[in-house]
Amino acid sequence: MFYRLSGVHYDSFASDSRIFKVPADRNLAVFFLLFGLAAPFIIPSLYLNSYMLPWLLWTAAALGLNLVTGWAGQLHLGYAAVMAVGAYSAVHAVRFGVPWEFALLIGGLASSVIGIMFAFAALRVKGLYLALTTLAMQFVMDWVLNHSPTISGGSHASLQSPTFALLGQEITSNAGYYYVGFGWCVLVTIFMLNLKRTGLGRSLVAVREKDFAAAILGVNSFYYKILAFATSSFIAGVSGALLVATFFFLATPEQFSVNVSIQVLAMVIVGGLSSIIGSYFGVALILLAPGLVNSLVVAASDGLGMQVGNETLAHIPYAIYGALIVIILLIEPLGLGKLYGNVRDYLMVWPFDQLRK
Amino acid sequence: MDWILLTELAINGALTGLLYSLVAIGLVLIYKASSVPNLAQGGLTMLGAYVVLALASDAGMPLWLAIPLAAVIMFGLGFGIERVALRRLAGRPVVMILMMTLGIDIFLRGTTLAIWGGTSSSMNLGISYEPLLMGDIFISRIHLVGAGVALSLFAAFMLFFRTRTGIKLRAIADDYMASWSVGISVERGVGLSWALASLVAVGAGVIWGEIQGVNQSLSMLLLKGLTVAVLGGLDSILGAVIAGVIIGIIENVGAEFLDQLVGGGSRELIVATVLILTVMIRPHGLFGRHDIERV
Repeated sequence: MFYRLSGVHYDSFASDSRIFKVPADRNLAVFFLLFGLAAPFIIPSLYLNSYMLPWLLWTAAALGLNLVTGWAGQLHLGYAAVMAVGAYSAVHAVRFGVPWEFALLIGGLASSVIGIMFAFAALRVKGLYLALTTLAMQFVMDWVLNHSPTISGGSHASLQSPTFALLGQEITSNAGYYYVGFGWCVLVTIFMLNLKRTGLGRSLVAVREKDFAAAILGVNSFYYKILAFATSSFIAGVSGALLVATFFFLATPEQFSVNVSIQVLAMVIVGGLSSIIGSYFGVALILLAPGLVNSLVVAASDGLGMQVGNETLAHIPYAIYGALIVIILLIEPLGLGKLYGNVRDYLMVWPFDQLRK
Repeated sequence: MDWILLTELAINGALTGLLYSLVAIGLVLIYKASSVPNLAQGGLTMLGAYVVLALASDAGMPLWLAIPLAAVIMFGLGFGIERVALRRLAGRPVVMILMMTLGIDIFLRGTTLAIWGGTSSSMNLGISYEPLLMGDIFISRIHLVGAGVALSLFAAFMLFFRTRTGIKLRAIADDYMASWSVGISVERGVGLSWALASLVAVGAGVIWGEIQGVNQSLSMLLLKGLTVAVLGGLDSILGAVIAGVIIGIIENVGAEFLDQLVGGGSRELIVATVLILTVMIRPHGLFGRHDIERV
């Protein structure tokens, strides 16, 4: 009724390989693209830069992790370390005099090189042991960042990011920062949307489902695992560099600590493995919900006249963040993307599916 | 080469390592029964310490009463965690189970800190901080007590696995489906393993709370417990104890020499390196079962 379809059917290969199988999905995507373009004129700049911008940048990062965890099926608990490599190499390159366009590229490529090191662990082990190895690598990377002043920038361990500039234009306005983040997120989304239509995407899925079986079918799982890690690390590196350039303005090791790795993985899993719209939902929930609930708690305790200690308030968002992961996994282990899919599939054939029962 | 210093470092390292095994035993118990990597053990350890402290100082109980009571509470909590969170995920891919235990860990840490606050408080077990002098070697008393606790827990578990319930747990660890078909309640067995791990967490929390204060840093023991558990083999309690000693010695002796080279803080690096090397060279650890994957 809402979608004016009686299900998704194909009568040609071309229709099978369309990006949006349901016209309503495409219309929704176009609507959100236009909304995103118009956002600086609609949304007050405070909300634009403290909610929309981090949401989009973290979504781009989460999509990169989704590539390696959701599509290629390799657990990765060291993603923040890879982001750190990109961020630090880009900022150092700019401070050295390289223009930002190339610095972002350098950051991405440096991340890819480190990401391939993570991939070598994936060639030896998989599943739980891979998660543990990448976790240990994250700790090593944290340690390197914290103990090398030349990288992390002196005794205060913070590195000021130079003013962001593209094509010779310095970007300093709030709307400018937003458009940079928006553009990168759209680029990554388009790449991920097209991934499942390409041979690369199909090979990654084959490796995920069973790497031995994929090898027997002639898919070189060695090559595709490395490629998956390198591609996702590139996305991670550029996202990390953009986060520092347009949102944090300052690179510190804590921004890329082990907790951040866990947070990005939580975004991907809460959103749904290999679901693109899910990553948007997952990031929104993990990033924004704890803060919102916390302000609700503050409002409620003020309204009821209760005294809630500062210490309690400081830790409630953390508890909520954990509770959200547990609750979403209990409701739907396949994540928010799957929940959205369920609703859509139900509405697609809406009044008529009653007849089948 | 200063042999006395080296011996002292090795002995104290081994004692510290046995304390890491306290955390690792919790991981191994659960992995044995259900192949679930319990990344919530750090949070459980921290919660265990805070519960003991809440009973002892807030409710004013003596420690000999507070610790068993906290153990009973945590035992129930362990059952609850398995019943509510883990049972519904049985048979799901490992990535979701891993995320679930991480979520539980974050939730436990956040809730604990929201209730009791983040300021560090001391456990006050009443063990003197005066080191024990054996010849020329200084040994920390609390580490000695903790090592004793770890070894006695190990002995207790060895005996427990010979009782009827223990044999059921071993059967579950060996083969899920086969135990089901002979009428063993697998769910109850897995729940019991979570309860026992939470019980061990109280022990680890009390000892570590005495050593480094009851605060947030207790949950950071997870990395060390994890490394010990992986090196020993994720399904071997004996492995956890032996690997604990090995890692404790490597860490303490290694840090002494490496700290001078890199300027401090090399313990984490050593532990992480041991974890990476273990997984790369011998993923099933020293005493773990080597599972062969079917194609």
